[in-house]
Amino acid sequence: MHMADALISPAVGGTMWTATAGLIAYSARKVKAAADDRAVPLMGVLGAFIFAAQMINFSIPATGSSGHLGGGMILAILLGPYAAFLVMASVLVVQALFFADGGLLALGCNIFNLGFFPCFLAYPLIYKKIAGGAPTQRSVMAGSLIAAIAALQLGAFGVALETVFSGISDLPFRTFVLLMQPIHLAIGVVEGLVTAAVVTFVWKARPEILNAAEGFGRIGSVDMKKVLWGLAAVAVIAGGALSWFASSNPDGLEWAMFKTSGKEELESRDGVHATAAVVQERTALLPDYGFRKSEAAPGADAGQPWPAVDPGTSVSGLVGGALTLLLAVLIGLGLRRRKSAA
Amino acid sequence: MSHHIVEAQDLHYTYPDGTRGLSGVSFRISHGESVALVGENGAGKSTLLLHLNGYLAATRGTVRIGDYPLTSKNLHAVRRAVGMVFQNSDDQLFMPTVFDDVAFGPLNLGLSEVEVELRVAQSLETVGAGHLRKRPPYKLSQGEKRSVAIATVLAMSPDILVMDEPTASLDPMSRSRLIELLKTFRHTKIIATHDLDMAADLCERTIVLHQGKVTADGPTIELFRDEGLLHRSSLEKPLRMQKCPVCSSRAD
Amino acid sequence: MNNIGRNSFDIGYMDTLAGGDSYLHRLDPRAKLITAFLFIVAVVSFGRYAVFALIPFLVYPAVMISLGGLPYGYLLKKVLVVSPFAIVIGIFNPLMDREIVMQIGGIGISGGWISFASILLRFVLTVSAALIVIALTGFNTVCLALTKLGVPRPFVVQLMFFYRYLFVLTDEAERMVRARSLRTFDAGAMRFKTFVPLIGHLLLRTLDRAERIYLAMRCRGFDGRIPMIRSLRIHFREVAFVTGWAVLFTVLRCYNIPLLLGSLVTEAFR
Repeated sequence: MHMADALISPAVGGTMWTATAGLIAYSARKVKAAADDRAVPLMGVLGAFIFAAQMINFSIPATGSSGHLGGGMILAILLGPYAAFLVMASVLVVQALFFADGGLLALGCNIFNLGFFPCFLAYPLIYKKIAGGAPTQRSVMAGSLIAAIAALQLGAFGVALETVFSGISDLPFRTFVLLMQPIHLAIGVVEGLVTAAVVTFVWKARPEILNAAEGFGRIGSVDMKKVLWGLAAVAVIAGGALSWFASSNPDGLEWAMFKTSGKEELESRDGVHATAAVVQERTALLPDYGFRKSEAAPGADAGQPWPAVDPGTSVSGLVGGALTLLLAVLIGLGLRRRKSAA
Repeated sequence: MSHHIVEAQDLHYTYPDGTRGLSGVSFRISHGESVALVGENGAGKSTLLLHLNGYLAATRGTVRIGDYPLTSKNLHAVRRAVGMVFQNSDDQLFMPTVFDDVAFGPLNLGLSEVEVELRVAQSLETVGAGHLRKRPPYKLSQGEKRSVAIATVLAMSPDILVMDEPTASLDPMSRSRLIELLKTFRHTKIIATHDLDMAADLCERTIVLHQGKVTADGPTIELFRDEGLLHRSSLEKPLRMQKCPVCSSRAD
Repeated sequence: MNNIGRNSFDIGYMDTLAGGDSYLHRLDPRAKLITAFLFIVAVVSFGRYAVFALIPFLVYPAVMISLGGLPYGYLLKKVLVVSPFAIVIGIFNPLMDREIVMQIGGIGISGGWISFASILLRFVLTVSAALIVIALTGFNTVCLALTKLGVPRPFVVQLMFFYRYLFVLTDEAERMVRARSLRTFDAGAMRFKTFVPLIGHLLLRTLDRAERIYLAMRCRGFDGRIPMIRSLRIHFREVAFVTGWAVLFTVLRCYNIPLLLGSLVTEAFR
């Protein structure tokens, strides 16, 4: 499940970008330090494999729906966490750029959700513990299944948190989580089964590959403490910096509070943030707060929304909007005509 | 110029899974010779080629390139001397553009940028692919890919060219263009192929491999007349040496 | 053509677009990346009910597409095709937030619909910005810009390998899927039992290929570093490009142009 630019706030996007950038830098250093010449071409080609494999669908019995491979777990098993994280990031970069899956700002979130959880949590803490030492068909199966489910549950939870923190969607946190987790339980089971089956297939056909991967993965005995401390530091610094920025920017206010509390607008009105609101009103003529809904609890008298419905504003908004749209289109067409005339 | 010599002495190679690759291959190819390496699928041609640039290390026996026996110490020098054109050009063209790809080798040799530019231009010109320099490899036709792959090797200015099935999957026109091109090269050439017409065109000498052993080594035309030998190696006479089914006259 | 073929064709087509030769194509990729990023940040920084204020931002994709000579229709289709998540999540807004905040000709419009419209508009803007960067620059040049912007080299290099072999592998996958579908008579997706060995074989072949590529690299003196000759330079025009757009985005962010314009017009008619 991809996060989309349309649903995140700059603060959330920025924080996740910082965290992801840190992880990429750290992983790249690890891969470089391992000094295995083979790593870089192998990573690139495996990324292409995951990309191609994701396009192949298979039917899920008794559901009428179809599934495909996600790939994070397989990559981690074949390459070890660091290289796998970089490859997963590349797959998502290409998807963001070419298929607009997610978008540029949400890329940080997506890499984190789909890369960090399988590579840095599920693989070392679950898969390695179960199937690490001397893999058997059973342990590979169990390890992949549990690890994939855990990774997807965490990833889904990440999506829910990021969406709610961004405050663009109205979906209450609890509803969202209740929606996301079961869906991703199903997806996780499928992903786990596919991962297990493909890994077992490769292992049976050419056992030396997994053994080699095991050796290759030695770059990969994750120093979890370091990673987690680093991440915590990044989160605190970036979150702090960005929320400071956000609170000097009235629109970002929602970020600081849970949307579900449904109170932030009121508080922002009469609290310390009143000044900020004034600044906002000065800088933006007829700001979008004009459309803010009432803070009355749902079910209360909906006939008296705050601010009062002002037909004038609505009309001028509509007219202006249409005009601007027309203008943008005209500019585009004009430039094109000039270009083709030239 | 003794470093153009390729010599194999009693090469044996067994794959890790126990498959016999080579069982006692010996030959000596001297400077400027053009040699075809033929044999049925799985006869050991590719395995043999991989020994010539030190990718595979023989279980027994030695390879000499020029004056040195091939060891891990002089691997670098050997790989400079032996240019290898792979069967699948996609494996060989791994950089984002044709230029980057051809420049890859010279840059690794530590040449200056000016020198690299020059070499790239020359090698691309030689294979007639100068106009492709900015293109990404995946947008090239098979024939173009093959030409560029050869250019990437030429840019290293090797003494010996080793090619695996250079005419495979080329259309007839590209194929004959390639043959004309290869004719102009002065390098020592070792070409593994099933395309016996090309072998007859390019190589005065042929080595026949069968089940990891050399079963014949001699002038190409003579060997190709030996139908029994060809049959044993799952080969057929080159078309030009067969009776023409349409006009029923012999072409050779 | 099946799904896989279409996708790789799509990528190839975007790359063809990037081969164009306009002022925007020639611009340093870093300038384009940074501008796109500023644009996206400006767009998503609006409050959740912003709709009209977002409309002027359409000028950025409009100008870029026109000046770059990119096909409007194709990009628009691409934007429309890829929106499931935003729409699925966004559609809850009208359900959750039903208070009427706007009246148009007697029809009340709830806050939820407005924020939904805002999500869709954001989606169109951010997605087209990303697509435009790639269609005007090309993937490899974006990679180059990334190295110059300080992204770690191993990451960028494997990204380039990934892109190079993406075409080869989607091709291979497509052939395998086609071979399978030519021999089955149920039109649906393949069964799990077929899927696993198919993917498994593809993976084995991929690993073999990686080995052959590595060999080809070693043959040409590879020792762990990927050398490339490329120079990128920031000229005045790059600076002007980024600054110009940044100023415009700031203005559009601070002033709600449509409302200004609209109230001017409605005043005039009053």
